[in-house]
This record gives sequence, structure tokens and C-alpha cells, in this order.
Amino acid sequence: MKRFVIYMLLVAAVAASCTRGERPTGELAVPIVDYSGLEPYLNKSNDTTYIVNFWATWCTPCVEELPYLEKLSREYSNGPVKVLLVNLDFPKYYDSRLLPFLKEHDITAQVIMLDDSDTNTWINKISPEWQGSIPATVIYRGTKRQFFERAFTYEELVEIVEEF
Amino acid sequence: MKTLLITLTIALASLSALAQGVKVGDKAPDFNLKNVDGKMVALSDYKDAKGAVVIFTCNHCPYAQAYEQRIIDLHKTYAAKGYPVIAINPNDPAVQPQDSYELMQQRAKDKGYSFAYLFDEGQLVYPKYGATKTPHVYLIQKRGADFMVEYIGTIDDNYKDAAAVKEKYLADAIDALIKGDKPTLVNTKAIGCSIKVKK
Repeated sequence: MKRFVIYMLLVAAVAASCTRGERPTGELAVPIVDYSGLEPYLNKSNDTTYIVNFWATWCTPCVEELPYLEKLSREYSNGPVKVLLVNLDFPKYYDSRLLPFLKEHDITAQVIMLDDSDTNTWINKISPEWQGSIPATVIYRGTKRQFFERAFTYEELVEIVEEF
Repeated sequence: MKTLLITLTIALASLSALAQGVKVGDKAPDFNLKNVDGKMVALSDYKDAKGAVVIFTCNHCPYAQAYEQRIIDLHKTYAAKGYPVIAINPNDPAVQPQDSYELMQQRAKDKGYSFAYLFDEGQLVYPKYGATKTPHVYLIQKRGADFMVEYIGTIDDNYKDAAAVKEKYLADAIDALIKGDKPTLVNTKAIGCSIKVKK
């Protein structure tokens, strides 16, 4: 009996350590990057139109806009149009909020988390026009680039992408 | 001709949009807004102050919450030195119910705000400043009868962790004004929550 109890305690301990949300050391489903890690995503030189959207799970207008970006990502995948969702949640909520949110909303567009507290430096690098509110979106193809500090409807996104 | 008129109208509209708000060196617009204690508070009421730290902030925004204790501490440090905090909630509670006047009163009470926490009812004040997000700071200094804008931006360089802050932009700017100098850095940027308005 004693051995059984010890065995059960061991099983429980192993189970607890597995479910504590420790991340695998390999590649994360959603990479966490600082600005230098994000920069390559903002400067790809090919024929794809990139839509880079800055958002967070706590930002209501962002969450309202997200299904439109997801839809665009799915419907224009041969566009060639690529949607990148740059998440600005606090990193401590990576497991408890971000991952469940992406699952719940069935997000298939690429997501990365930007964890860089030196906002005064990187906001201006993304766009000097950006005041710092979200949602905000950079649309670029090659050297053509436009910045928007607002939320879009699906129709507006289609119009911008079609005319870009 | 019609196209030209439309183009001109759009150009003029975007010009006036650009002209909205204040920049460093401008006069700070006065306001008269309801505080959480029910009394009206105007900038011109701060007769003995050397200046003020006007912060557009709110209840719901995680960035505002991350900075809340630092805002409380700033007021504790700088009110006695002539630079009190004046917090203004610019959001429309119809869009963001957590930012209602009643919940502002509750939050101010729960967190022991010792500074004015004003409600921008009708959302007429934040556009005069050109605030775009919460938190959004305007440091102003009194010169004669007017308050002049000396610094616009964020509080420091780390929204996540007050203990990891390296650059205290706002405190440095206030210290400079107290010493009779000009702040070295007058514009900084941070991520914040967009101001909530009806569509």
C-alpha cells in the first residue's frame, strides 16, 4: 500500500510538472521576438503584399478586426498576400491568454509575439506616423509601404489589397 | 470641376485633422471636467501649481493598469514640488463600459488616488490635446496665466516592469523644469489603448 501511495504521488508530480505550461525549448508555435527579430518580417523584398497587423487580445477593436484579417489571409493565400499578426500581449499571458485565444478563434494566419519594452525606439522605426495606439497595420510590397493607425472592415482590407 | 472640389475638400479636411492637438511649445487647452468627487476641476483652478502632469488614462486599458502605481507615485513625489497629476479618462463608456464615471469613482477609491481623475464627458477635451491613446502624457508648465506644453509622450521606457526601467522620461522632464531647464527629450512614444469613440 505504501509503495502504491508513493507511486501515485510520483505519477501526480510528473503530471503536474508536465501541465505547468513549461514551454518546449524547441520552436514555439508562436515565436517571441524583440524588434530586431521582427525587422526581417517588415523588410521582405519579393512580390508578396505583406499585411503586418499589430494587435492584442485585450484590445477590443483589434479583436473585432481579426476575423477580417484571418479571412483575407485565407482567401488571398494565392494573391500573393500574406498576413502577419504581431501580438502585443504581455508575455506572461502567452500560455493563459494568447494561445487559447488563437485556438478559440481558429487563427491560421502567422502570429508572432513582440516582446520589446523599448517602444520609444521601435515605434518610430515601424512608422514615424504611429502614435502608439493599436490596432495598427503596415502594408508593404517591396519598397512600397503604407501605415494605418486604425481598424479595418473586410471590404476596406480587400479594397486596399486590390489597389496596392 | 466636381472632382477638383472633392479633392480640395478632402485635402482641407486632412489638413485640419493634422492641425488638431497641441505640440511642445503650444499653450495647453483649459478644460472644466467632473472629478470623481463630483466637483468640477479646471486647469485654471491650479493657481499655486508650477505646472501639471496631464495624463489621459482610464480603467480598462492594460497599459494604463501597468502604469497605475507609477502614476500614483508620480503624484506623491511631484505634487509637493508644484507638479500635480491630473488624470483624464477620454473614453466613451457606451463603447467601453469599464470606463464609466461610476467605475472611475470606484477605481479611484479602491486604489486610493490622491490626484484628480476627471471624466471627459462628451469627449471634447482629448481632441484639443491630440491624445490618441491611454496612457498619453502631457507635461505642462505655468508661465504667467497660461500653461505651456513642455513634454508629450510616455512615462518611462518599460511598461511591463517598473523595476526594469532605465529611462524615466517624464520624471527627468519634470526635474529639468523644476531646475529651470528645458527637458532634453520632449517627445516619446509608447504603445497604448486607442481612445474609445462611437463609430
